[in-house]
Amino acid sequence: MKKYTDTGKKDTRSGFGAGLTELGKKNENIVALCADLTGSLKMDEFKANHPDRFFQVGIAEANMMGIAAGMTIGGKIPFTGTFANFSTGRVYDQIRQSIAYSHKNVKICASHAGLTLGEDGATHQILEDIGLMKMLPGMTVINTCDFNQTKAATIAIAEHHGPVYLRFGRPKVANFTPEDQVFEIGKAVQLQEGNDVTIVATGHLVWEALEAANSLHEQGISADVINIHTIKPLDKEAILNSVAKTGCIVTAEEHNYHGGLGESVARVLGENTPTPQEFVATQDTFGESGTPAQLMEKYGLNAKAIHKAAKKVMGRK
Amino acid sequence: MPDISYLNDLVIQVRRDILRQVHKVNSGHPGGSLGCTEFFVAMFQEIMDRKEGFDMNGTEEDIFFLSNGHISPVFYSVLARSGYFPVDELNTFRLINSRLQGHPTTHEGLPGIRVASGSLGQGISVSVGAATTKKLNNDDHLVYTLCGDGELQEGQNWEAIMYAAAHKVDNLIVTVDYNGQQIDGSTDDVLALGNLKAKFEAFGWTVLEIENGNDLQQVIDGMKSAKELTGKGKPVCVLMTTVMGNGVDFMMHTHAWHGKAPNDEQLEIALAQNPETIGDY
Repeated sequence: MKKYTDTGKKDTRSGFGAGLTELGKKNENIVALCADLTGSLKMDEFKANHPDRFFQVGIAEANMMGIAAGMTIGGKIPFTGTFANFSTGRVYDQIRQSIAYSHKNVKICASHAGLTLGEDGATHQILEDIGLMKMLPGMTVINTCDFNQTKAATIAIAEHHGPVYLRFGRPKVANFTPEDQVFEIGKAVQLQEGNDVTIVATGHLVWEALEAANSLHEQGISADVINIHTIKPLDKEAILNSVAKTGCIVTAEEHNYHGGLGESVARVLGENTPTPQEFVATQDTFGESGTPAQLMEKYGLNAKAIHKAAKKVMGRK
Repeated sequence: MPDISYLNDLVIQVRRDILRQVHKVNSGHPGGSLGCTEFFVAMFQEIMDRKEGFDMNGTEEDIFFLSNGHISPVFYSVLARSGYFPVDELNTFRLINSRLQGHPTTHEGLPGIRVASGSLGQGISVSVGAATTKKLNNDDHLVYTLCGDGELQEGQNWEAIMYAAAHKVDNLIVTVDYNGQQIDGSTDDVLALGNLKAKFEAFGWTVLEIENGNDLQQVIDGMKSAKELTGKGKPVCVLMTTVMGNGVDFMMHTHAWHGKAPNDEQLEIALAQNPETIGDY
């Protein structure tokens, strides 16, 4: 088994901030817009470096999406920053018409996604955003797993022409992917090789999947672990190659099982090679207040839940 | 610069285009289209500094956004007759596999369209973005927007209106088609807009009024005055009073023709009131 080391817990949103800072220095067409959450989104450094290219729109997310769409006309590459809830559900029609249908090169960067937002509770803990965004034709949907990957993804999406939804979060989590990684949109990352069960995870659940693979290994079970940072377009080949070895799969995400990664994977499997699948995801519910760890435990979104799901799905082969 | 008698002929021809487009497919929005015919002719023939051909980025030229996308028939007619695409293509309005969708879109690559519109209230935001990019690019051309009056009931407009003043987006002219009508009736009956002039002014805009937006010369003069008001630290709003259904007597002063096409007999009467000038498509 490969060994992964946490080089020190960091928040994925800071990875976004670091990536944006780097982009700002090398590409003068990068502009950033924020709806009164500059500190939360870690956009302060970009703002300080490029006050002329940073646009504070106030608490007006619909307008922010429209302005971003308009700013592409003339060649700018807008990065919008607010919480995931306000980046998607609140502004769905603006994104649908002015950005997605109009093929605008806007990067919708969304922090505080999912339950790990924590104490603020369900009003802010969106668990439906991946579904909302992946349903939009032409939208690329990315959910990164740690600081380094979020930074790399932020830089990579600037090179991709077209609308992108980049989802990340608030809590400090293990930082274990390489600092110098090349982020390839739509290309899954194989983390562990195994033959008994496939675990496909995205976002904060990737580290949990690695921990689950360790505990499974102790019981003599070898798990094939894949980091699916891009939910759309989905790396079908990686998934199909893996289940050809293992014959069963667990998908893991900090999102509702309706509309999430799991459903996308199920579609690929159903079309190609129907395979037993277990869904580590929220079960069509809203969240609640609590610490991130408490919430992930209560809603079954941690290494323990993945371990259990793996054993269950193996029994269904 | 085309002479005024040609432009008046063009206005009549565009009215015919609008009526014939919506009649053919028995759908579309003739009322608001007819009300804004003079405005579109003035903008594309006289007011805007446009380059030949179409470039999405609109660099070093004035650009236009239609926020109330349902009046696509007048937009399509004037775009075609201003050289953006063949006039014959008006025959395909709202038909399957056409670039002339019910509401304007970039999706099929129709020249002249820079953003999809139809779901209301989004055009001012997009225009603010495009105007901001012009400033960043040191492009001193203007951004023009047309929106409906009923459309101002959408809250996003007021977010954009607040932002444009706060950020001194003074290379932007938003014209409101002030016809007092919307689908369910008069704007007063549906949701009264109150004093729009005072509202825009309170939000920090310079406001100019065109009393008769169906008088071509008045529209040209009014929009020229609006241009003079740009570059002074404030966005500019033009409240342009129009008559929905203008130019067809039985369609005027009512919301009834907002989204309804004339039948064969009604078309004949309407066209007789607007005899062919430049030539039908």
